[in-house]
Amino acid sequence: MKIKEMLLLAAAGLGLIGCGKPGGDANTLLIGEYVSLSGNTATFGQSMRNAIDIAVDEVNGGGGLLGCQIKLIVEDDQSKPEQAVTAVLKLIQRDRVTAILGEVTSSCSIAAAPICQQNRIPMVSPSSTSPELTRKGDYIFRTCFIDPFQGAAMARFASQSLKAKTAAVFTDRKQDYSVGLAQFFKQTFQETGGKIVADEAYQSDDSEFRPQLTAIRAAKPEVIFVPGYYTQCVLIAKQARELGLTQPFLGGDGWDSDVTLKSGGKAVEPCYFSNHYSPEDPRPEVQAFVEKYRKRFGVTPDALAVTGYDGAHVLFDAIRRANSTDGAAIRDALAQTRDFKGVSSRITIDANRNASKELVVLKIEDGKFKFVESVKP
Amino acid sequence: MESFLQQILQGLKLGGIYALIALGYTMVYGVLRLINFAHGDVFMLGAMLSIYFARWTGFGNQPSWLGLGATLLFAMAVCGAIGGVIERVAYRPLRNAPRLSLLIAAIGVSLLIENVGQLRQVFGPTPQPFPALIQTKTVAQWGSLTVSNVEILVLLVALGLMAGLHVFVHHTRFGLAMRAVAHDHQTAGLMGIPAGKVIFGTFVLGSALAGAAGVLWGLSYPVINPMTGFVPGIKAFVAAVLGGVGSIPGALLGGFLIGEAESLTAFYLSSTYKDAIAFVILILVLLARPTGLLGRKEVEKV
Amino acid sequence: MKVFWQNNMALLVVLLVVAAAGFGFQRHLDPYYYKILVDVGIAIILVVSLNLINGITGQFSLGHAGFMAVGAYASAALSVLAAGPWLNGLALGGAQKMVVEFVALGVIVIVGGVAAALAGFVVGMPALRLRGDYLAIATLGFGEIIRIVFQNTEQLGGARGISIPPPRSDFTGVYVCAVLCVAFIWRLVHSVKGKSFFAIREDEFAAATVGIDTTKYKVIAFVLGSFFAGVAGALFAHSATGYITPAQFDAVKSIELVVMVVLGGLGSISGSIIAAAALTLLPEILRGFAEYRLVVYSLLLVLVMLTRPQGLMGMKEIKLPWHRQPYQHKPVA
Repeated sequence: MKIKEMLLLAAAGLGLIGCGKPGGDANTLLIGEYVSLSGNTATFGQSMRNAIDIAVDEVNGGGGLLGCQIKLIVEDDQSKPEQAVTAVLKLIQRDRVTAILGEVTSSCSIAAAPICQQNRIPMVSPSSTSPELTRKGDYIFRTCFIDPFQGAAMARFASQSLKAKTAAVFTDRKQDYSVGLAQFFKQTFQETGGKIVADEAYQSDDSEFRPQLTAIRAAKPEVIFVPGYYTQCVLIAKQARELGLTQPFLGGDGWDSDVTLKSGGKAVEPCYFSNHYSPEDPRPEVQAFVEKYRKRFGVTPDALAVTGYDGAHVLFDAIRRANSTDGAAIRDALAQTRDFKGVSSRITIDANRNASKELVVLKIEDGKFKFVESVKP
Repeated sequence: MESFLQQILQGLKLGGIYALIALGYTMVYGVLRLINFAHGDVFMLGAMLSIYFARWTGFGNQPSWLGLGATLLFAMAVCGAIGGVIERVAYRPLRNAPRLSLLIAAIGVSLLIENVGQLRQVFGPTPQPFPALIQTKTVAQWGSLTVSNVEILVLLVALGLMAGLHVFVHHTRFGLAMRAVAHDHQTAGLMGIPAGKVIFGTFVLGSALAGAAGVLWGLSYPVINPMTGFVPGIKAFVAAVLGGVGSIPGALLGGFLIGEAESLTAFYLSSTYKDAIAFVILILVLLARPTGLLGRKEVEKV
Repeated sequence: MKVFWQNNMALLVVLLVVAAAGFGFQRHLDPYYYKILVDVGIAIILVVSLNLINGITGQFSLGHAGFMAVGAYASAALSVLAAGPWLNGLALGGAQKMVVEFVALGVIVIVGGVAAALAGFVVGMPALRLRGDYLAIATLGFGEIIRIVFQNTEQLGGARGISIPPPRSDFTGVYVCAVLCVAFIWRLVHSVKGKSFFAIREDEFAAATVGIDTTKYKVIAFVLGSFFAGVAGALFAHSATGYITPAQFDAVKSIELVVMVVLGGLGSISGSIIAAAALTLLPEILRGFAEYRLVVYSLLLVLVMLTRPQGLMGMKEIKLPWHRQPYQHKPVA
């Protein structure tokens, strides 16, 4: 016990002269990542983790950060908010990380944010879209757009680009993300003169959606907005087509996944959904990332991979500019992020610590995601 | 009217699958008084392993009846074997332990299957597409009412397997032994029936049905991940209890009732409260008939 | 008065020790360990109270998370609407603030408990006519209904969850509740009347023939169990997270709690405490296994059941020196 304590002290001492924080040794910079590796949202967590692994390898391969190699410590939160809190406490208190990346789902991020705030450790959530999150304090940032922007953008797209007058909304009542998007879609769509003719609900664990879809069919909407995750959206689309619904689907970034194309086939066409990037975007940084990700994991990066990758790079960039591992310095640098060239788009952190960035609308056509238009914040 | 029939049809299909899973629950419950929590996960394995089988054999690329039949048999065989292994390794040593300990072992096995399945090296957490073993086609249409071949097929296979099970249970020696063990475990033993073997056989049989249900599920809802088994598992369990747990016709009835209840409440009452309403119906039925619709009334001996 | 002191001396000493420990831990214990300790405390309340229903009275409830949700949301509503703004308006500091917040937490916790107890009564009265696995399914159903109702109540955040203002349930608050819960249930089931609970478990019919009002005792167990589940829910809602969503109280949570009760030993209160602590700590201890963590966890669960089918403690209790050995139960055949 004594020896172990002494070793710890020694390591802490070295850390102070090296990369700033006690806990790591002289040449490593510790970054914490909490993510769902098990439980219901494990598939989302895995995308984020894969992408952040790539980002870390890139930085380390290019000489590291502040002269140190980044060491990523990944903790599982079982997709549960209360476990997210424990994971973040462990990262901050035991591992003494410099900054924190995570989580995918808003409920886990919101639960863990106060811990980061209290300990003055900057936290960057790559993909939690609930507006509530960044109200938790000035150390809490996000690098994705928020529910109101996305919901409103799709509502405007429906009424302006698709000239739809009526829409049906099919919400996942169990997901905060889905409820949020639905709310802002409905609000904006009605403001632009549209009418919501059907408002149905399901729960993430469901597989049979035909009863609700039959009700939607009876209401004869011009478009159907399904703000859910691809795990259910594919089934919804298939069953809708079987019931003879031919209307276009609208969706949010939850639709973006190889699964949608592979399992959805013709059923998911036409579908328009808002996303963070288009895999067809010719910009070299996009193609380089897509290439790397496909090579390493065998699939096209989905929305959560892209946001994870951008989130990690925004954080690393801020640390570089701060030229320090001090929490407050990184916080200030993060807040000053302007026009960061991410894979998704140029990212600027606004006064509310949310990312102000472009959104793209993609169309599923011929088994591919095709770029339709981009929407400025 | 067409919408109503559409809902009834959906309910039948969903109910058929629930009934197949519920049969496994109820048979195991009959001989062992155990809620086999891992049953839903065996069902998931049936669907998941079929994906790999279809990929490996190439049946997934070309819809054919042969491919469907082979996959169905494969799923039943593999799940039967898995069920047997689970019984031998995790449940048999607990034969004389308190019932709830057996239940916890079952929950442990269920968690183990889910968590192992989520590992990158196994299935991974990402949902996988279930191959189109047969081409989905609309075979009948009246107004807005559509009937697809998958729906008919699922219903026919489910009913066929149930009929087969009925014959098996009532017209074979093993079925007789099964019923004897279910009726009275100890007396059956005294009559020279090898209870251990019967219980093992029941597990294999129930798991094989779950495997078949997995394939049917995959055909109807072609996106499978390692957690897929949990919710259908719980619903089938509810179906088994509703029908009267331990009763084979009860499982059938319960399965179809839950399928219909879900389908009709979502359409006519409220999709927001769909699951809640299904549970309300269940509770009301149980309050009126405390041992399920076709359950044996428990005789209390003093 | 003298009798009261004689009977409660030990309890008061324990409570004082808890308060002192809480004071010390707050300052000197690593917040990560502190959080885990608090989690253990909340788990103890949940598991011991579920043991009263499942282990001691022999009823099979699979809906404990639902009653926890009622407590959590009732207390959340109180905090958000009244207690939080009121405390904020007082603008207290230092020791005064600590005392006021502690009292406020007490009130909040009691409100959570009472709300859950009422729900427990409404559910228990009809449901307890059912036996065994039928009761299990009915309570599972009630738990899910409760969750779905909260999920659709926009005033309480709906699926998006609700953030809860201070007071926070710290070590002292949680462990005072845990000690009181354990002491209360221990004394109840070891009192003369309390033997009725065990009698119902062993043979409900026989219990009725010797004049025990089985319905009354079953409902008492259910309502008390729900009360403490509500207390735990209120503490959970006001823990460091300060944020709850309905999804946290789903059937999986109820199943987790049943696992803890059986693992500890049905009917053994000390077993429940040990199991609650062990199964809360285990995933933390296993963090080194990274993504294999839950695989190892479930494997251990099966192995423990195979090697100790009667649970860690069986039906025995760890006896404190001043306690008489409780009634010895014969195991169920």
